[in-house]
Amino acid sequence: MKQLITGNEAVARGAWEAGARFASAYPGTPSTEILENIATYQEIHSEWAPNEKTALESVIGASLAGARAIASMKHVGLNVAADPFFTFAYMGVNAGAVVVTADEPGQFSSQNEQDNRNYAKAAMTPMFEPSDSQECKDMLIEAFEISEKHDIPVLFRMTTRVCHSKSLVELGERQDVPLKPYVKNIKKYVAVPANARPMKVKVQENQTIMKGYSNNCQWNRIEMNEPSVGIICSGDCYLYAREVFGGDASYLKLGFTNPLPDDLIREFASKVEKIYIIEENDPYIEEHVRALSIACDGKNLFPRNGEMKPEVIRSVIYGEEYPVDEEVREAVIPRPPTLCAGCPHRGFFYELGRRKNVMVSGDIGCYTLASGAPYHAMETTVCMGASISLGHGAQQVFDTIEGNKMRVVSALGDSTFFHTGINSLLDVAYNKSNLITVVLDNRITAMTGQQDNPGSGRTIQGEVIEAVSIEAIARAFGFRNVRVIDPNQLTEVKEALDWALALQEPSVIITRWPCALKKQTALDKEEFKGSFTSVYWVNEEVCIGCKKCTRTGCPAIVFQFAKKKSSIDPEKCVGCSVCAQVCPKQAIQKVEA
Amino acid sequence: MTTKNILLTGVGGQGTILASKLLTEGLLSQGYDVKMSEVHGMSQREGPVLTHVRFGETVFSPIVEAKKADVIIGFEELEVLRNLEYLREDGKGVVILNKVRVNPIGVQNGSDKYPENAAELISARAGKVIAMDASEEARKLGNIRVMNIILLGASVRQLGLEEIDWNRVIAENVKPRYVELNQQAFELGKSLS
Repeated sequence: MKQLITGNEAVARGAWEAGARFASAYPGTPSTEILENIATYQEIHSEWAPNEKTALESVIGASLAGARAIASMKHVGLNVAADPFFTFAYMGVNAGAVVVTADEPGQFSSQNEQDNRNYAKAAMTPMFEPSDSQECKDMLIEAFEISEKHDIPVLFRMTTRVCHSKSLVELGERQDVPLKPYVKNIKKYVAVPANARPMKVKVQENQTIMKGYSNNCQWNRIEMNEPSVGIICSGDCYLYAREVFGGDASYLKLGFTNPLPDDLIREFASKVEKIYIIEENDPYIEEHVRALSIACDGKNLFPRNGEMKPEVIRSVIYGEEYPVDEEVREAVIPRPPTLCAGCPHRGFFYELGRRKNVMVSGDIGCYTLASGAPYHAMETTVCMGASISLGHGAQQVFDTIEGNKMRVVSALGDSTFFHTGINSLLDVAYNKSNLITVVLDNRITAMTGQQDNPGSGRTIQGEVIEAVSIEAIARAFGFRNVRVIDPNQLTEVKEALDWALALQEPSVIITRWPCALKKQTALDKEEFKGSFTSVYWVNEEVCIGCKKCTRTGCPAIVFQFAKKKSSIDPEKCVGCSVCAQVCPKQAIQKVEA
Repeated sequence: MTTKNILLTGVGGQGTILASKLLTEGLLSQGYDVKMSEVHGMSQREGPVLTHVRFGETVFSPIVEAKKADVIIGFEELEVLRNLEYLREDGKGVVILNKVRVNPIGVQNGSDKYPENAAELISARAGKVIAMDASEEARKLGNIRVMNIILLGASVRQLGLEEIDWNRVIAENVKPRYVELNQQAFELGKSLS
């Protein structure tokens, strides 16, 4: 039976059909739904890991213990997991292991546009690049086979469009793959130099052996049509090229891209007159083709950034023009994402944005929106966890300046804290910078769509567990100044900031209030009784039209310009009361039930 | 047949996802090859939503190419305007336009002005515009949320998809207690086109 499913759903299905028994991931767009879908299969033990490194390491353990295992992550997640990834390639597997990387050409929801195909080349692991959902499923099953046959983890490279596009997939049954017995093998699994040197030789040999597979496998194929134009492409670029050229070009469609198929590339080059390499991001295939002394066009014509949409190809090859419709462009205004009505980050950043002589080092999550209007209360965002350590370094330098007044406030979410912020906080504790660390604990991983984490009190399967306490961690690290506050109470926020700024030693503030979109647990309902149940309104007779409430950036607040009065959309308001607290005239009042 | 290109464009929470789900299920029931692509990372935070749906004998690209959209199903005026570059320019592009404005936060707080002439700009560039206040029509039916199904109903004639058993598609993909309401909404949309 065929079903219309996304690439992410197809990967999950492929893992199930391949008999996988263990899966671990940290959520990150566009990869998040892979584990969410895997978790729907009872036969696969699924876990949200604190970060991608722990996810991959537990996958290594699962493989060694004999279970087919899969780790999935967004492209930048593999940076975090790169350390185990490289050495895992040396050690090899017991049962098959697959590492999924979901890259983001076009940067819809990411801090950079790195091309993770380079990781496969650098770590010398086999790599698949599916184009559509059927290939996602089929190649994933094959990836487990290859992993076991060649004793090496396989990198499975997807991109946003492959992850989030739906196409038809023929579903299959689950293979019965028994657990492999664990065999103690110190030479294979202990990567000390004496063992790792021969391991590297083995990996290199593996790449040579796999050239044969690459030249002959079904995933790399020549489609001969018109021989005057030859296109070499992989992933979604194949679909875009097919769309633009149809039968007017021949194709070398690559689905297994490390090692690349030299013989097949040479054969294709001998059959076509002119070669274009069409690939998103880096000239990964192109550099290889050029190294084979085959003339081609690639990044000299095509952009290295953004998505390779059909119109991009058409404009490059056929000179088709897409003039901007100036009249329309002038009329279009932005629709920026905003912190939701009732978002617990609002109150904190509203107050923080008013402080002088403060540098705010930020992090990755919904709260990164605080860098924009109306807050402008976040000055740096690098990578997960960087807020604290970056802030630490900055504070250390500021404090070398005589009479320094600059203080650094580092702000990050609960999930980001558990991800890597926890290591950074250790740096502050150990090296004693006068840093103010703020953990915006909204009781969930919100940005990627409500995933549980070690602090939320629930696993991906919904099992209730003891929630890890951020406060207890901070105290255990030796911080004497730790406060837990309600970020919706502006006075509390103000006082906490005053307190921390007056201290001559590091402090930790934890703002604890659930995300407005969180499906609250029984414990949440008890702790945050009455949250999100009330609605506020503007008494127009009292409102003086000062617009102070609009500066909270709440999407529920609508200023009525004709009347010069503010108003609140009752459909959106969830009663956080932040606007009522900033109103100088008490015009914003609670709707009494 | 040549591949047909449809865009559904709106704002998070307007129901574009269910509308595109029903559309693709209907297309599959007719034996078409179908591809669909969606970018919705920020939709929960009041951001725009854009869904690409393509169908035909064999469909390659999951995304609609610029200037190639046959039909734009627009849930909100500004979002249609934002994606107007996708509409075919040969005078055969159709826009199903919901005459509804969802103000971005910049309009709510006065830093931006909503383009008053959005509908005119769209009309001047489309071969045909089928405009309606689907939200108001939905309200009359008793549930504002079926606005999406009214718009879907309004699009089927333009797409040449009247032969599909839409009542069955709705019955199979909507919660039982909402089936009848959605079927009514669909018929209403069809009659408004």
